[in-house]
Amino acid sequence: MFKRDRWQEIIEVLTTNWFRTVLTAFGVFWGILILIILLSAGKGLENGIKADFGDIATNTMFMWTRSTTKAHMGLPIGRRFQFKVDDVKSISENIPNLRFISPRNQLRGFGNDNNVVRGINTGAYNVYGDYPEIINQDPMTITEGRFLNQNDILEKRKIAVIGAGVRNELYDRGEEVIGSYIKIQGVNFMVVGAYKKRSSDGDGEEAQKEIFVPFTSFSQAFNMGNDVGWMAITASDGTSISSLKEDIVSLMKNRHKIHPEDTRAVGYFDLYEQYNRVESLFGAMSFIAYFVGILVLLSGIIGVSNIMLIVVKERTKEIGIRRALGEDPWSIKKQILMESIFLTIVSGMAGIIIGALFIYGVNALLDANGPVDMFLNPSVSLGVVSIALLILVLSGLLAGFIPAQSAIKVKPIDALRTE
Amino acid sequence: MIEIKDLHKSYKMGSNALHVLKGINFTVEEGELVAIMGSSGSGKSTLLNILGMLDVADSGEYTLDGVPIKNLNETKAANYRNKFLGFVFQSFNLINYKSALENVALPLYYQRVPRKERQERAMKYLDQVGLKEWANHLPSELSGGQNQRVAIARAMASEPKVLLADEPTGALDSKTSYEVMDLIQKINDQGNTILVVTHEDDIAHMCKRIVYLKDGVIVEDKKVKQVRASAHV
Repeated sequence: MFKRDRWQEIIEVLTTNWFRTVLTAFGVFWGILILIILLSAGKGLENGIKADFGDIATNTMFMWTRSTTKAHMGLPIGRRFQFKVDDVKSISENIPNLRFISPRNQLRGFGNDNNVVRGINTGAYNVYGDYPEIINQDPMTITEGRFLNQNDILEKRKIAVIGAGVRNELYDRGEEVIGSYIKIQGVNFMVVGAYKKRSSDGDGEEAQKEIFVPFTSFSQAFNMGNDVGWMAITASDGTSISSLKEDIVSLMKNRHKIHPEDTRAVGYFDLYEQYNRVESLFGAMSFIAYFVGILVLLSGIIGVSNIMLIVVKERTKEIGIRRALGEDPWSIKKQILMESIFLTIVSGMAGIIIGALFIYGVNALLDANGPVDMFLNPSVSLGVVSIALLILVLSGLLAGFIPAQSAIKVKPIDALRTE
Repeated sequence: MIEIKDLHKSYKMGSNALHVLKGINFTVEEGELVAIMGSSGSGKSTLLNILGMLDVADSGEYTLDGVPIKNLNETKAANYRNKFLGFVFQSFNLINYKSALENVALPLYYQRVPRKERQERAMKYLDQVGLKEWANHLPSELSGGQNQRVAIARAMASEPKVLLADEPTGALDSKTSYEVMDLIQKINDQGNTILVVTHEDDIAHMCKRIVYLKDGVIVEDKKVKQVRASAHV
């Protein structure tokens, strides 16, 4: 296959008519270029939208309480109820395959009166009572100090981890944060850490203006008792939270004496389901990209096939001579197939290279002009390029097949007679 | 060397068949130089094509160097042609984008002879036909006689058992024709078996035996006194 003579011959044949070869190659080049650009554009959109999900663990649901809409077991309609700390334990005991169950309490900041004071600075921030696991579900980068830990929970330490936004507003530039105190609704907390969240768009600013304190200290400081405001529940990898959510909700209904058919008493948001919806959209988009790209490529392949047929026709006599001299038909067939594959691969590679340069250009442009909404880092993976190459080899084979067949269909004696 | 018995061949021309060879019996010994003569349509080219395994007979036996030639598929035929036969055509049939040397080396390539050895052997045969200095020229840069000599070198390169020449001088003027015949005679002198199809009397008489074909049958088969071509050059 890698004989020098064969390659020499392939080059000789393809360079006999440069202009024609280049025109033919352009069809395949164009097809693969469009395939690559479509796929990378799809990927860019995907990256952009996925970035909006941020780093949040996507296999997660959030659950909170509302008022009942059905009377049940002697209890009236419209009853308010609260999740309790025991509910968390009950969920972890009864529902398998859960990775994190984080009960959370929250003081609303946004749109409320200022609830945090430090010296003469005040601000309105979201203050969360949390367990240390929350950092896995709602990831953030600790820029200074540390995050909450289990001892903070057990000893009910009055400590706080503050966001970059909080720090900017309450502290002077360069001022030491760790060890200082902030007053949250009149209760002093010592700052032990600062964080920064990665986020791409609008709500980024608010995400930096949060304060995390231990769940237990929060309950005690702000008189929550055993109440749990809401929960963030993440399933183990390999199990979707969507398949577990019914069980979790009905467990809660059971524990709080809610009518099993009361669909409104327990509120929840299934992030995984939303994420999957977006995922399947991208699946459809890449299908369309492949579909359109391959159709365009197909017209290029037909062009190659066409030209190979003409080349074979032109070389009928030569092929006759070769066969008279004893070249076996399979060798001739192989020669034609290799010419066709070589042509498609070379032009396809050119398409891939130009496509990559194009993507590089778009990325450079995006970098230079700042982020565009819902579009980020268009790219094609090595996997896609390998698929494209595979498609090229297959299409080269396809394009060469009919011409190769027609090359050996003519009997050598007839081939020799043609002028 | 060649033995054929009761060879028949007909071509279909629309609804009626054209019976071209009507029972040919014919033997060629090793080292013979045979001319096959006949007017056009006598079946001489068809006979040569069948001998050259470019065409198959309808019936009859064909044995080449003790090997029965029958039930050939294309691959087998190609293999036999490559091993047993050398072809010289009226129109040279050189591959026009390959140099003289590459053309001569082609049959050896199909025998999977390594590149270096192939070129050495091709050069040896080019030297024998006196075209060593023209080895790297394309056929379009050579004269008709030179091209035919390249073709003969190519036919000889695979060291065939039989050399088949179909009107080897048909496209050449008489002076070059004699040069080519001289070469063919010399090759024959080395003991090679050669069949020449021709319709020119003088060319035929430079062979050792003449077979006359008419309407698909052999009408005369005689040994002649060979006229040396070198006398005319």
